[in-house]
Amino acid sequence: MVSAAEDMTNVASTRDSAVKLEVRDVAIRYGSDTAIAGINLDVRENEIFGIIGPANAGKTSFLKALNRMNDFNTNMSVDGDIRFEGTNIRDVRNVYALRSRIGVVFPLPVGLPLTVYENVAFVPRLRGIGDKAELDVIVERCLTRAALWDEVKDRLDSLGSLLSGGQQQRLTIARALSQEPELLMLDEFSIAVDPVTTMRIEDVLKELKSEMSIILVTNLVQQARRLADRTAFFLDGECVEIGETEDLFSGQVKDSRTTDYIEGRFG
Amino acid sequence: MASTGIIENQFLETEINVSAKRTENLFRILFMMMAGLLILPVLIILTTLVVKGSSMISYEFLFSNPTNGMTEGGIFPALLGTVWLVGVALVISVPVGVAAAVYLSEYAADNWFTRAINLAIINLAGVPSIVHALFGVGAFVIFFGFGTSILAASMTLAVMTLPVVIVATRESLQAVPHAFREACWNMGATRWQTIRRVVLPNSVSGILTGVILEVSRTTGETAPIMFTGAAFFIPVLPESVFDQTMALSLHLFVVATQVPHVPDALPYGVALVLISMVLLMNSASIALRMHLRGKKKW
Amino acid sequence: MSQVHLRQTGNMPDINQRNADWYIDKIVQYLVFLSGISAIILIVGIFIFVTIEGFGFLLEDFSFKEFFLSQWWEPTDDDEPTYGILALMAGTASVTGLAMLVAIPFSMGSAIYVAEFATGKTRESLKVLIELLAAIPSVVWGFIGLSIMNPLIIDVFDVPVGLNILNAGIILGLMAAPIMTSICEDALKAVPDRYREAAEALGGTRWQVIYKTVLPAAKNGLLGGVLLGVGRGFGETMAVLMATGHAINMPGSVFDSVRALTATIAAELGETAVGSPHYQALFTIGIFLFTITFIINLSADLIVRGIRKS
Repeated sequence: MVSAAEDMTNVASTRDSAVKLEVRDVAIRYGSDTAIAGINLDVRENEIFGIIGPANAGKTSFLKALNRMNDFNTNMSVDGDIRFEGTNIRDVRNVYALRSRIGVVFPLPVGLPLTVYENVAFVPRLRGIGDKAELDVIVERCLTRAALWDEVKDRLDSLGSLLSGGQQQRLTIARALSQEPELLMLDEFSIAVDPVTTMRIEDVLKELKSEMSIILVTNLVQQARRLADRTAFFLDGECVEIGETEDLFSGQVKDSRTTDYIEGRFG
Repeated sequence: MASTGIIENQFLETEINVSAKRTENLFRILFMMMAGLLILPVLIILTTLVVKGSSMISYEFLFSNPTNGMTEGGIFPALLGTVWLVGVALVISVPVGVAAAVYLSEYAADNWFTRAINLAIINLAGVPSIVHALFGVGAFVIFFGFGTSILAASMTLAVMTLPVVIVATRESLQAVPHAFREACWNMGATRWQTIRRVVLPNSVSGILTGVILEVSRTTGETAPIMFTGAAFFIPVLPESVFDQTMALSLHLFVVATQVPHVPDALPYGVALVLISMVLLMNSASIALRMHLRGKKKW
Repeated sequence: MSQVHLRQTGNMPDINQRNADWYIDKIVQYLVFLSGISAIILIVGIFIFVTIEGFGFLLEDFSFKEFFLSQWWEPTDDDEPTYGILALMAGTASVTGLAMLVAIPFSMGSAIYVAEFATGKTRESLKVLIELLAAIPSVVWGFIGLSIMNPLIIDVFDVPVGLNILNAGIILGLMAAPIMTSICEDALKAVPDRYREAAEALGGTRWQVIYKTVLPAAKNGLLGGVLLGVGRGFGETMAVLMATGHAINMPGSVFDSVRALTATIAAELGETAVGSPHYQALFTIGIFLFTITFIINLSADLIVRGIRKS
């Protein structure tokens, strides 16, 4: 448990950090329907950036745009500028490299129909690591951090797609970690996971913060409070406000809808 | 409870309608008999073939040459020729067919162009076999200059059975849930890497089913090879794809219609061998499909 | 918690550099596209090559009136070769017609039985048997027509010749039936269960439900299946060649021998000189066959797709 004082220090230390992700005037449309518009925000190095808001607020579409997964949906158009470590993601010459450096975990767990071992070794292999000893180290490391190692260490050759839902979600997290991402995005990861495991993963996220930036989309406002340094509130396709998490939760908001949502009056 | 509706209700009866039930049973039995009558001839035919042709089946029959104007001896050159033809046809059609299916399943957008491709596939499957033969003569024998050869005949067969491979492969690929692909793309894998490492390996059994089916169809075809590379009788075995060859299906046609003074049992024997091969392969394909249905990987 | 830091491997991909995998992906995309359009290329190619070989005939000796309206197909006549395919068309039409008369009711009946009545093991076995029926090669069917049906017809109907429309028609019917059955079965299965449930809730028996609700709903798919069966019958070569006898004439009864379009090509092509009028005329018959089956397949597909859209 992190005390309020420690929380404040964490927040302060990120205030002056470099920017990992710049989002300027971003709008996302599906055909003629606007999902989200006028988004302006920064995600800093080594911070956990929370995004809260009710369903259909555009949070998931927003994440999809950040690693250019919208390329696969001809119906989805993204306007505005998104800069990842200084480069506009529309201008990168190798979009696969971009996606490789950004890890994503979606609400629905997906265990690939490969062995558990090969699930986690997937990205390292893509990057050219073939040495079994090296892969063994990576697989164990990532599975441990995803709080899954103990449960699967004796059956690494069982099929990832046949694990239980909670295990598959942790497997997905392990895969994301195997990418050694500079930006890790989690979209309501705890839906498919039991509370105890959720706690364990939250502890891991706090540790990982020192090595990467994390975007945490969650509909559990208390989870944002526990983990996020700064939090954004998305509602009906717009970003209502962004602020230090403690400020938002203690009522120092610029928009009253934020407090209404946090206190559960709607959503 | 009084019914107030003006609903015209064809089914509602206030008493047990005996005659309706009787009609139903009548139709049920009628349809069952129809299904039976469809199957019955097959069984009769198979039995007749076995009864009249099994006397011919022996090691010599399968592995020696025909003699005495093809009224005696065996069918080895025809058997070997069929193996050649089917083999070369597979080598040509499987890569192209699988690649085409990969395009349709993984890359093609849902637009008029894709619909045109699908239409072309259906039509390719529906073109009469003799027209395929004409195409083979015009394109492979004459235009490309292969002459009447195994190559020309196999290519004709490949064109004819391409749809089988494409359709079986496409269905197999589409059965792989889309979520797997998205998971891979999110990790930075290219489309090809995803296909190669996740989608294709999980479709192999389905593709195999299609390939076995193709082999079965190709084995039985006669018209496409008649003028493109298969001949009634060749005294020597083929040595390269540019040679002509005999073939089992054509051999049946020949001994049944073109050779005088053939002993009764001979064509039955040939037919028995041919149909056994075809049915065996089809059964293998069906068995593989059923086996797959039980093995869940997700 | 493991203290080992993640970023050790130094294999991080550069977002501004296209690596081998990037290029491989692009190459695969093009290769696969080429294979994808192969079906279109082939269909167009078939039409082109068959037309090229028959072209000479179309330009010189072809007379629309004679070709389609004359029953005298005598291309080998030294003085005055004639190229009328009317009798051949009659041959194809009569055999296909009889085949459909046999196949349609039996296929529909079997399809209804398999889709609506049969259950479990019976259904599975029936489906397998029907599939095996479809696998029997054309030349084997032709042989059956020659060796089994021929004497049978002569015996049962007391006619002099057993190679005729009846023989080929029955065989063709048995050949077309499996495909028709499976397509009709698909059409029936495509009708959502709620139609059946609603009708049953109103008190209908199984048969009433099928007759009044399922069949009308499936009629597009059923029609498509029938059309495809007709297409198959039209294009069948070996079985028809071996079972219809070798007489080219306008049929008067089902016991008459006839010759079909497909069989004519198969029987005569080997004896023609490449490029001769006879040779080209046979290719022209090929163009005609291609066009007819193309139209039939196109219609069947449009009709079947019509139901899938709704």
